[in-house]
Amino acid sequence: MNQPILELQNIRASYGSIEVLHGVNLSIGRGEVVALLGPNGAGKSTMIKVVSGLLRPTSGQLIVGGRDVTGAAASALARAGLCTIPEGRGIFPNLTVRENLLMATFSGHKLSDIEERTYSRFPRLSERRTQLAGTMSGGEQQMLSLARALATNPVILLLDELSMGLAPLIVAELYQQVAAIAAEGVSVLVVEQFARTVLGVADQAVLLAHGKVQVSGKASEIGEDVLAGAYLGS
Amino acid sequence: MQEFLTFTIIGLSTGAIYAVVASGLVVTYTTSGIFNLAHGATGMLAAFTYWQLRFDWNMPAPLALFITLFVLCPLFGVITERFVMRGLQGTSEVVRLSVTVALFAFMIGLANWIWPSDSSRKAFTKFFEGNTVSILGINISWHKLITFGCAILVAIVLRLLLFRTRMGVAMRAVVDDRSLTELNGGRPDRVAMFAWALSAMLAGLAGILLAGEQQLNIEPLVLLVINAYAAAIIGRLKNLPMTFAGAAVLGLLDAYYLEFSDKSWFPHSIMGFGISGMRASIPTIVLFVALLARPQTRLRAGIVRFREQNKVPSWSTSIMGAVALITITIAISGMLTRSNTLLLLNGFTFAIAALSLVPLTGYAGQMSLAPLTFAGLGAIAMSKLPGNGNLLTLIGAILIVAFVGALVALPALRLSGIYLALSTAAFAVLVTKLVFNQKQTFMSGNIAVPILDIPFVDINTPRGRLILTSIAFSTLGLGVVAIRRSRLGRRLIALKDSPVAAATLGMSLTRTKLAAFAISAGIAACAGALAGDKVSPQQFDFTQSLPIVLLAVVGGVGTVGGALFGGLMLGGNSVLATVVPTLKNVAKILPGTIGVTLGRNPNGAATQIAEAYRSLMNKWGLLSFVTAGGIGIWALDAQYVISHWAFFISGIFWLLAVTPNLLAIVNAPPVRRIIASIYLAIGVIVAISIDWDNAVDSTGKRLIALILLIALFGVGAQRLTEHAPRVHRASPDVIGLTTAFTDEELDHAERELGVVL
Repeated sequence: MNQPILELQNIRASYGSIEVLHGVNLSIGRGEVVALLGPNGAGKSTMIKVVSGLLRPTSGQLIVGGRDVTGAAASALARAGLCTIPEGRGIFPNLTVRENLLMATFSGHKLSDIEERTYSRFPRLSERRTQLAGTMSGGEQQMLSLARALATNPVILLLDELSMGLAPLIVAELYQQVAAIAAEGVSVLVVEQFARTVLGVADQAVLLAHGKVQVSGKASEIGEDVLAGAYLGS
Repeated sequence: MQEFLTFTIIGLSTGAIYAVVASGLVVTYTTSGIFNLAHGATGMLAAFTYWQLRFDWNMPAPLALFITLFVLCPLFGVITERFVMRGLQGTSEVVRLSVTVALFAFMIGLANWIWPSDSSRKAFTKFFEGNTVSILGINISWHKLITFGCAILVAIVLRLLLFRTRMGVAMRAVVDDRSLTELNGGRPDRVAMFAWALSAMLAGLAGILLAGEQQLNIEPLVLLVINAYAAAIIGRLKNLPMTFAGAAVLGLLDAYYLEFSDKSWFPHSIMGFGISGMRASIPTIVLFVALLARPQTRLRAGIVRFREQNKVPSWSTSIMGAVALITITIAISGMLTRSNTLLLLNGFTFAIAALSLVPLTGYAGQMSLAPLTFAGLGAIAMSKLPGNGNLLTLIGAILIVAFVGALVALPALRLSGIYLALSTAAFAVLVTKLVFNQKQTFMSGNIAVPILDIPFVDINTPRGRLILTSIAFSTLGLGVVAIRRSRLGRRLIALKDSPVAAATLGMSLTRTKLAAFAISAGIAACAGALAGDKVSPQQFDFTQSLPIVLLAVVGGVGTVGGALFGGLMLGGNSVLATVVPTLKNVAKILPGTIGVTLGRNPNGAATQIAEAYRSLMNKWGLLSFVTAGGIGIWALDAQYVISHWAFFISGIFWLLAVTPNLLAIVNAPPVRRIIASIYLAIGVIVAISIDWDNAVDSTGKRLIALILLIALFGVGAQRLTEHAPRVHRASPDVIGLTTAFTDEELDHAERELGVVL
């Protein structure tokens, strides 16, 4: 077992006085793809917020690459190579495609490199480089948000509900790209409400419910009955 | 033709200055969502600073320019962002706007303090004074050419910055999605800081250019911003090319008006109304038209949750409060000197004006910057209507002004937020410039407002008027409470909380807004109609309305008590200036200084104190401690151990500084508990042991000492205890339970619901 790249130790997090995560433990090895599954309100998105640095945990430790980074700012984590694609569309609708890519240069990569890699993966975005991102189709917008992950070569990629509001065909296409990113050795944490779309890509799966990890194991070993149990709350 | 061209050049150069100001306004609005009313005041301060360096200390112009524009202005912008604006995230537009009003008041006070108006002040000369260049036979000063050059340069630099650099793109990105910017590795706080620094530089540049043309005067430099508002609104607060075009149009209109108004055929009055105030009103009229022509903003769906929240006032508390207020006023009115009576009277008048904002701004969330304008109209109506000030005259005045208020609201109904606030500001300026200076109204002098004539009661003394105003405030306050508790009140709250939800429930937003405006104007009219003395148009000037709005928000615009607190604070501020002349300058910047702390307590001060008292309910131990302390202080007085003044000061200190902090102290961790207790005990001992009658020689100074004591010890203790760690367990009472579910109960519930597989 290699040293984990990302580790959550007994993380608690809350909004105001309402606690959402009641002590979550999780670890992701280098190059591993971990699927984070769970029903509505399980705390999946909160966990992504904690890992990405947007929400400070009330207790527990967040360890990236062996270093304790609990409480680090989201921007600092992003510069250190943690790429987060948030829920919804991870793009700036009132900026052009090219300006959206310019925003990815905070990672330290040159704009020309980012553009080249993006347009070679998604030729469609090349045609739209001066178009406002908000005017593109949902699939194209999600391509653009994935482009940041593709082009900046992150250490860890966090994906929150990539499939939201998209046609199944496009979702499948996007997950092929996720698989390609993972193949390059990037560790990925994917949040998905629809378990079946993601289990094909993931090595490990973690089931989150009521703010706690209920089950974790090899993705292939998580069966229908376990999922149903967690989703329906037995 | 030659003349026309000359005026075109003049107009365009004025427009160039407007453009520079407006672009700074747009930069901060787009990046932080804060419409900076103090933008013109920033330029004014920069112009004064430049004057100080260049003309008073004789620095070479390039050095003075560099220090002002590239060192001090950015520094000012950064400080403003870091310490004032950053705390405003998640507050409502009312609070945000009030904070910039506070900044505005602060800066004007500061300029008045450092550079008191002085006729022998060295002149502020133009750049390369006396040099002109002739183009097409027209002489243009180098200063104007430099102005053009600056505007063009600003346009090019801003364009490149916003679209070609990562910082500029990040500035626009923050507007779209703040947290996504962070996830990309951008730092929104730094971006905002940069935007504020840039904006301050632009304001400073415009201020210096304008001062060269118009000399160094606080007012024109500050009001420059109104012209810039108009330009920025034409550009819809985001489109820079449109903003520049708007600025040019404004400059040209002004220059052409100047040219044509000298002609013999130009009318000097229309239908008996003088139009001498017309020139100054042009930008305001353009602003009004631009606002009205603006496409309607879409109603935002979903719940907008603000940090400010107010409870519904109960009848028992409200009536008790009203009776207490009247009783206390009657009791102390006998002890006050004539001048103190007038000052307190002033405070109550301000409080009524502030009260007019409670239903409109506090309940319905509609911002108005014109409470005193309606008060002025009320004063005019009261003095012109027949009846010589009997109750019917008062009612007539209220109805007329309420009607005017509704009329004003009519075109403004489709606006909301900042646009609505600006349109009320435009209305206030228009009324000041065009109505208050007519011979039918003030005739630019004083008019006598008759004292309210109540049968068999003689109130023709300051004391009588003071009691009358306190009764009027209490009555109106109860009226406002009645509105809040009625169906209309719930509609007003709905209008603030979610216009979409209210509209889908079938509520007419238009009628509700009209009602809010009419009620507010009617209450404000009372403030003017009950003046009972000579009033001058300056008292109802637009700039006088701003401190009222500000202190109403500081006091807590959502509550009647907050309005009283704000009004009395504003009145008390002038006490400070008259009683202790050395503190006059501090009094100038005080309202502004108080206001910029709003980011911390958006609910207002009155609410905060009331909350602290409410939390003591049912805590019998603490309550008996409070009572025991009060009795103890009284006993010391009764036994002649301490003087009456010491009793008064320590009593108020006990109620306002010690009592509200008790619960926090009890809940604080042990070390802080001990420190805070000792700290407050020192405050009590100081308040009791000083021989106030002999040590301090005037009533005013004693009051100020009291305020300082409360500020020092009360707020200090609050800061000491507030860092207590918060418990972040899922609190069962949040979800309406007294204890958390056990696992067995959960299993049982699931079985009952049939969700177990």
